[in-house]
Order: sequence, then C-alpha cells, then structure tokens
Amino acid sequence: MRSGHLPIIEIRKLSFSYAGASRKSLNDVSLQVDEGDFLVVTGPSGCGKTTLCRCLNGLVPNFYTGELTGEISVCGRSVRKETTSSLSRHVGFVFQNPENQLFSLTVERDVAFGPENLGLIREETRRRVDWALSVTGIEELRDRAPYELSGGQQQRAAIASVLAMRPDIIVLDEPTSFLDPRSSKEILQVVAKLNKELGMTVFLVEHRLDLATRYSNRVVVMDRGSIVLDGPPEDVYGEQAHLIGIGMPKVTVLFRLLKQDGIEVLKTPVTVEAGVEELRRILRS
Amino acid sequence: MRVFEGFKFSRLSTPIHRMDPRAKFVVTMAIFAISLIHTNILVLSLILVAQVPVIWVAKSVGRWRASMKGGFLLATLIFVMNFLTGSTLTYSIAMTIRFLALLSSFSIFFMTTSPDDLGLALEQAHIPYALCFTFTTAVRLVPTMAVDAQTVVDAQRSRGLELDKGNLLRRIRNYIPILIPLIVSAIRRSVELAEALESRGFGTNIKRQPMAVLQMKKSDYLAIFAAVTLLILAALINLYAQLPTIEMHVELPRLWCDLQPY
Amino acid sequence: MILTNGLYFTYPNGNEVLRGIDLRIEDGEFLAIMGENGAGKTTLVKTFNGLLRPTKGQVLVDEVETRKASVAALSRDVGLVFQNPDHQLFCETVRDEVAYSLRNFGYPRDVVDRRVKGILETLDLMPYMDSSPFMLSGGERKRVALASVLVWNPKHVVLDEPTIGQDYQQKDRLRNFIVQLNFQGKTVIMVTHDVEFVAECKPRVVLLSRGKVIADGKAEQILTDRNLVAQASLLNPQISLLFSSIDNLPHDVIDVYSAHIAVKNRIRGLRNVNAGL
Repeated sequence: MRSGHLPIIEIRKLSFSYAGASRKSLNDVSLQVDEGDFLVVTGPSGCGKTTLCRCLNGLVPNFYTGELTGEISVCGRSVRKETTSSLSRHVGFVFQNPENQLFSLTVERDVAFGPENLGLIREETRRRVDWALSVTGIEELRDRAPYELSGGQQQRAAIASVLAMRPDIIVLDEPTSFLDPRSSKEILQVVAKLNKELGMTVFLVEHRLDLATRYSNRVVVMDRGSIVLDGPPEDVYGEQAHLIGIGMPKVTVLFRLLKQDGIEVLKTPVTVEAGVEELRRILRS
Repeated sequence: MRVFEGFKFSRLSTPIHRMDPRAKFVVTMAIFAISLIHTNILVLSLILVAQVPVIWVAKSVGRWRASMKGGFLLATLIFVMNFLTGSTLTYSIAMTIRFLALLSSFSIFFMTTSPDDLGLALEQAHIPYALCFTFTTAVRLVPTMAVDAQTVVDAQRSRGLELDKGNLLRRIRNYIPILIPLIVSAIRRSVELAEALESRGFGTNIKRQPMAVLQMKKSDYLAIFAAVTLLILAALINLYAQLPTIEMHVELPRLWCDLQPY
Repeated sequence: MILTNGLYFTYPNGNEVLRGIDLRIEDGEFLAIMGENGAGKTTLVKTFNGLLRPTKGQVLVDEVETRKASVAALSRDVGLVFQNPDHQLFCETVRDEVAYSLRNFGYPRDVVDRRVKGILETLDLMPYMDSSPFMLSGGERKRVALASVLVWNPKHVVLDEPTIGQDYQQKDRLRNFIVQLNFQGKTVIMVTHDVEFVAECKPRVVLLSRGKVIADGKAEQILTDRNLVAQASLLNPQISLLFSSIDNLPHDVIDVYSAHIAVKNRIRGLRNVNAGL
C-alpha cells in the first residue's frame, strides 16, 4: 500500500492560527512519525496539542478554518488537498468526551455509521462491525443504547466506531479525561492492543502519563505551539519537562529527586515495574 | 412536562414495538383520518377505547397515562370552548374524546418506534440522508438536553436562584440564567458531535447502504390492510348510515345565545 | 457540621442511588469523597444543599434539617461548585457572573463590588473582569465558576470533580488553593476520582461504592488498600504500588515528598548498618 520507509505522518514547518485569533496555535512544527509508532503527546493547556490532532485528519483547515502554512502529509496524502471524509479512511479520531461521539440508539448502528458513509456494501459493513466490536471487547454491548453505558464502555464504543473504518492511524485526544482510573487503564490497554496486535500507528494526547508511558517508545512535549521535546520517555522526563509543567509519573519524579540528592540512578524509571527494579538495585548497593 | 414522557421512546420487545414503523405510521394516519371524519360520540369513544388493549400489549400503560394527564388541560379547554359557544353537551364531550384519541394514537406511535427506525424508514423512502439524520439526531438529543436542563437549574439554584419567587415579570427573567447555559451547552454538544461525524466520513454524496434494513412482515401488511379497510368503511358509514347517539341535555345560562342569528 | 443519618435517595425513575449513608463532617474538615462513576458521589453532595431531599433518613447542615430549608438558604452555608462551568455561565461579563449569587442573596451594591473584586484578585482573574466568560479558555472558565461560588464566602465548600480537564500546573495551583481554603477554616469537600491528586493532599477519604460507604478514614490507609481501591474502580497511587513491592519500606506512603524522605531514611539506615559491620 505504501512504500516501506516513508514516514506515515510527515509534518514540516506547520503553522496555524484559528480564524480571528491573534496568536498562532501552531508555530513551525516539524514532526515525523513512522508506521507502527506509539506516540504520546503532552503539554500544558493551550500548547497546541489538540490543534495538531485536528491537522491530522483535516478538521484543520476544513472544519476549523484559519491560516495554515507549511506541509503536512498523512499516509502519503497532503492533508490540505483532501477532505476530512476522504482522510477518515486513513485517520481515525477519538475525542475527549465519550458522550458526544455516539448518537445512535444502539452501539451497533453507531459502529456501522462510518463504513456506511464509505458506501460499503451491507455485508462488508456487517463484517467490519463484528470485527470492531470484538477487538474492543464489547460484543455483548452491541444492542445497548450508548447513553446507558458507562464512560469506559462509551469510549470503547467510540474506538470501535472509528476502527470499523480500518484506518492506519488512530488519533486520540485525551480519551481518559472523563473516565475513572480503572476505565482509563482499560481504555489505554485497548489502544495498546491496536498498536501491538494490529500494527496501527497511535497518536495519543494524554495528561495521564503514569498510565500511558508504558506503551510508548516516544513522548513529544509541546509548549506554546511548538514541539520542545521529542524522544524516549526516559530522556524526555527531565528538568526541562519539569519546568514546562507536565504530569510526569510520580515514580519518575521520585527518582529525579533521588538523583538530585546524589544517589546514582542508572536508568530513570518511567513505570512502576522499572521503579521497583531500580529501587531494589539502589538499596542493595 | 410529564406529557413528554408519553412520547418518549422506550426499548421494549412487544409486538407493537416490533412492527415496521411504516406500517405503524399508516395505522396512526388511519386513526387520525377516521377521528376527523366522525363526530359521533360513540364512534370516537370506540376509537379511544380500542387503543387501550394496544397500549397494554405495548407495556406502556404508565407512560400513556402520563400523556393523558398532560393533555388534560388542553382537553378541558376544548370542552369548555365547544360548550360555551353553543354546542350540545354531547358534541363537546365528543370533541374532547376526539382530541384524546388523537393524542393517544400519536403517543403510541412515538413510544413504540425508535428514532433510528424512523430515520431508516425515511431513508428507505428516498428522503435525502442528511434530512433523515437531522430528524433522528434531534429526537435522540431530547433526553440529553433534558438532563442538561436539570443540571443547569441545579447549578443556578445553588447560587441562590429562586424560581418560584417574585411577580410574573421576575419569574420570566429568572429563566434567562437557565436558557442561556442550556443553549450554549446545546451548541457545544452539536459542534462536538459534528466534529465526530465529519471524522467518520459524514457529509459526502456517496450512496449509503444501511446495514440495518426494515423488512415488512406479513403482520405489517395485514395491519396496513386492516387500517385502510377500516378507513374506507368509516368513510362509507359516515356518508350513508345513521348512527345511534346519546343525547344529553343540560340547562345552562347561555350568554352567547342572544348574539347568534337564528 | 454536616451530618447524614441513614440517608437513602431514590431518583424518580426508580434508581436507588444512596443506600443508607451515615456520615459526620465536622467544621473545617478536609474530605475527599471517592468512588466509581455511578457510586452516588454527586448525588450525595447534592443532598447537602437541599437540591435533593432524602427519600429516607435525614441530612442536617449546622443542625438544620435540609427538608425544612430552601436551597437558597442552605446554599449560603454550603457552596457547591459544579463540574462543568458551561452549565452556569450566562452573563455578559465575568464581573456580572461572579456578582450574580451576591445579588440573589440580596447583598448591597458596595459590598457586591468589593467582594467581586476581592475574589477575582485571589483567583488571578482581574485581567478578565470585563471580558465575556464565554471567550475564556476551559481552565479560566473553571476558575470563574469557582469564584462565583467562593464570592459569598460559604462556610462549607463542595467541589464536584475539580480536576477534570486540568493540566498539571493547573492542578498544582488548584491543590495549593484548596489546601489554603481549608487552612482558612472552611470545610472543603471534594468529589473526585483523581487518586494521584488526593494522594498529594492527603485528606480524609470517604469511599463510596454502589450507594454505600465502604471505607472512611485517612487517605494513606484507604488508598493503599488494594481491595478497597479495586472495589471502587480506582487505582492505587504509583508510590504505593512502588513501595508495596519492596521490603522494609513503609506501606502507608502515597505522596512523592514523603516517599523521598522514606527512601533517603532507608538508604541512610542501610549505610549505617554497613558502616557498623
């Protein structure tokens, strides 16, 4: 489908300001994402992460008009030249509020909505709905009304409805904001499954770095419209990130403090398991 | 407000719920037409009473009662208007019963037909998808908006708003802090929904093949046949037959009588 | 003091959300009500200012039974800040928005002006005083909602999910502000499921599950209990998970600051042992 080594997302010096806004929401952003990457994007409110998400599927500049300069291509297609609906075959978007993404009276019909919009034949739609419900683990919720479901179940249904379009990339904008801790963890596990088992590229905007970091090989920190840090979590969760103000995992914060005390920390842990190992090692020596 | 409960769809599995929406629509329209053709009190009472077993089968008696209670005010108004402008007692009661029969039939229709199915029926009738979708989404958002409205009322009451105090003007003004957040909330929801829809490919002119298909069963065709037959029968009876009726006389000072020409 | 005795609440649609809650909140306490979505947390706090009247049992606020008082009267003492500011913003300016409650409560104009300016200063909202609340960002709108409740200086402040949608720095500021409010003598009650946020403030925690109180005590005790936390659809704080896997570290540490001290002490202890050998 695509030549093997081109990045699946290529952004070059992208700048954007919303119509009527005095300042730019995106300032000369450059980013490359390879197929199969799991990217966690974070940063303080207003840093431009949501705007960047919107650029990936064409909501910017089609739905949210404004001045867009620079280049952005997704799956080899220039976003500026495509409509959101044509990009929806390649980029799925899961929003923050589970309630306002689902509008049918049954989960099944909501999941079928996307494929129906693609003009697929009935049997193909049915196949995709069955598959999406099974991947997200909500087959038994098929006939339930979305507004009756819990937040976590609703987000799974939202993911299923996006999956049914079989995109290559899935963008999630703070999907756990409204969920309780356990549901948040479960949703991120589903997203990780999409990445590990289906090879989907994941672009996840999150504040809950304690839950999301374990799945990703790359964290991008944005501030005031620009990308300021980009790399493996161990490298990114440092002094600069602390000054910008992101919600680093508490484990990482603890080891940063220990490091400042002069205690030798070999590899800054970003998950509890790594923290346990490192702490045991420190206490032994 | 409770009258709206009599029009809210609830998902149950009764033969009435399972009927094809198009068949239900034809039946409801037939009842509508028959009620308008006839003014005979016995016929209208029959139409109203005949709906009760249907409501019972649809397991919606409680909600139907709510819609009847809600319509009580308007029904009384109809009775009074008719009676005081010179109609007989029989006629006035008949008009009230007609109103209730109509209210009932529409209530049953909306209680037993899901907005999704209604939208599908419209789509299969070749109405442009965007319109069908607008309709079903609007219906679908009503309960959500009701919850929002309650939350707004709670939030404002917690800031000292007292809805039941003050003169009429004050009470009307007190609804501004309710309406504005509600409207803003509705707009925000719509924008979020629109974003989600666009992101799932909505808005192209590609021909859709809905996964769910409405299939008319034999019972649906039977219902349509019965409804149309009854309609024709009712029309014929009205034209050619003499129907028994109940005459009721009441002496009442008639203020308008003097003004009416003989 | 807020007291509930055998509190039951059933919604008109038949949903029994509160099933016998006995709770005693003293003046000036700092409390977090936690539990899964649907456990009854928001329902519970709505009984504190009379929005919801008990189906069975009673709620007493400063010895007044809520059934016998109006919401407006109870709200003077119990300020409830709702989760979504968009459910209450309606004025043309932030100043009017914040003044709304004071006008409802009948304060004279000079007092209204003074108090509004005061709270806007405290919450860093002075630059927006004459702006439209609808033009502000999410975080700013949340602060306006908070200001519009705090302006009348209620004795007890209830915050419904104050951390949702907030980034790290906003939560940090919020935490400091809440702690300060409590320090000033106000009763502060937070409804939340943000475990890490609660872990850093360490209030009293009341854990609700399916309409009942399943735990009531110190944050350090409750949030480190795996079973309780799982029952309420929460997760243990990261620090707690870290420490519970390592021997000889205290098992009731949940915040980073205390964890840091605990680890340093342990290292020092081990060094002393080694040195003594």
